[in-house]
Amino acid sequence: MSDRLLKPQVSKALGWLSLAALIVLALFGLWGAPPDEVQSDAQRLMYLHVPAAWIAYLAFGVTALGSALWLWPRTRATVWDRVAGASAELGVIFTALTLVLGSLWGRPVWGVWWAWDARLVTTAVLFFLYLGYLALRRIPASPDARAKRCAIAALIAFVDVPIVHFSVNWWRTLHQQGTVFNERLDAKIHGVMAFTLWFGVLAFTLLYAYLLDRRYRLLALDEDREEREVEQAIAERVGAVS
Amino acid sequence: MNLWREVRLVAAKDLRIEARSRVTVQQIIPFGLIVLLLFAFALDPDRGILRRVAPGLFWVTVLLAALLAVSRSFAIEADNGARDGLRLSGLDGPALFLGKAAAVAIELLALEVVLAATVVVVYGIELNTLVPLILATLAATVGVAATGTLYGVLAAGLRVRETLVPVLLLPVVAPVLLGATRAWEAAIDGIPSDAWPWVALLTVFAILFTAIGMLAFGPLLEEA
Repeated sequence: MSDRLLKPQVSKALGWLSLAALIVLALFGLWGAPPDEVQSDAQRLMYLHVPAAWIAYLAFGVTALGSALWLWPRTRATVWDRVAGASAELGVIFTALTLVLGSLWGRPVWGVWWAWDARLVTTAVLFFLYLGYLALRRIPASPDARAKRCAIAALIAFVDVPIVHFSVNWWRTLHQQGTVFNERLDAKIHGVMAFTLWFGVLAFTLLYAYLLDRRYRLLALDEDREEREVEQAIAERVGAVS
Repeated sequence: MNLWREVRLVAAKDLRIEARSRVTVQQIIPFGLIVLLLFAFALDPDRGILRRVAPGLFWVTVLLAALLAVSRSFAIEADNGARDGLRLSGLDGPALFLGKAAAVAIELLALEVVLAATVVVVYGIELNTLVPLILATLAATVGVAATGTLYGVLAAGLRVRETLVPVLLLPVVAPVLLGATRAWEAAIDGIPSDAWPWVALLTVFAILFTAIGMLAFGPLLEEA
């Protein structure tokens, strides 16, 4: 079974479960958790921002894993190529979401939409690295050729991430120390707030799993349709000749 | 044939084509020079900004020119079934990769010498501590040539390669721009101790992507 990741019933249940979890998260995030002492209500964006960032890293990790499994001859299967592709798309979307939410939060708290902080810059480079990967995926080619190209590109991007992280960290810490970011990390976190944050991570992980399954299915159907179209075209040609 | 001879053979082929067609000399180097000139238009020379940001402008220009050099390196094999010839030549993937990357690196070094001289003269900076500066330049050039050659073969044969290579390559070489620029700044300011960590980072980058390129070039060439 390589055209589905999960059974239809499981997938549907997962979808409803993640929706329910997101609703609970919204209730806790907006009303359940107390407002932050310093940042007041702006801090509530963290309940989305942190889980989104977590999912972005998870998604790129899954892409790298899928790509490695495809390249390894013993585990080579279309499943891994599709998982890598579907996960990279989600990763890019959640990275964009992380950047946008962080920016919305930064405006009231830091007074600026964007700061040249190490983490922000690393995340932005990450976004562009995988945007390029998605562009590569969209280029039509034979399935094997495309899978090989994309798997290698995904691993290059993955290897580059720590280097980007290091270089940007050095750059920012060599020049300016003690940005707003460091102080924020020391903030004490209230019981309900901690629960909401962890619950957010859980809800987003469920959502990620559901979307990954759906995107995988769509990719499988797409490839199936393309194959049918080619077969049909061949049949028409043969019919016209005979 | 041993690896070293194969590498020299491939590099010599690319450089011989270059010597006869003169694309680097007549197009890529002039492109770099005009970019440096445009930077001066954009950042008014009278305000002294140019001197302060000269290392960054230099390396941005090198990266942009490197895109052209990579594109050229694979365009020469696009016609007359030259890439099939390469595939059938019996040369190993690692040797092909090292040869092509070496040719690109040598072209980039020539470009960098001309651009650096221009930056010194036109932007009015002084290159003081030369050792870290030269080492950083060499490591950065090898890193850019290696990643460029890797993405060049990845995109070779695709119709959208001219637009695809920049989108793939520039984010990956972002650490090179960062490291090389900081190393140059430290060297120009006469603080070599600040340059060494960056030289180390650039060296790690160069070694890492040379290794990946040697592994991946063969399989990618099969599909190109």
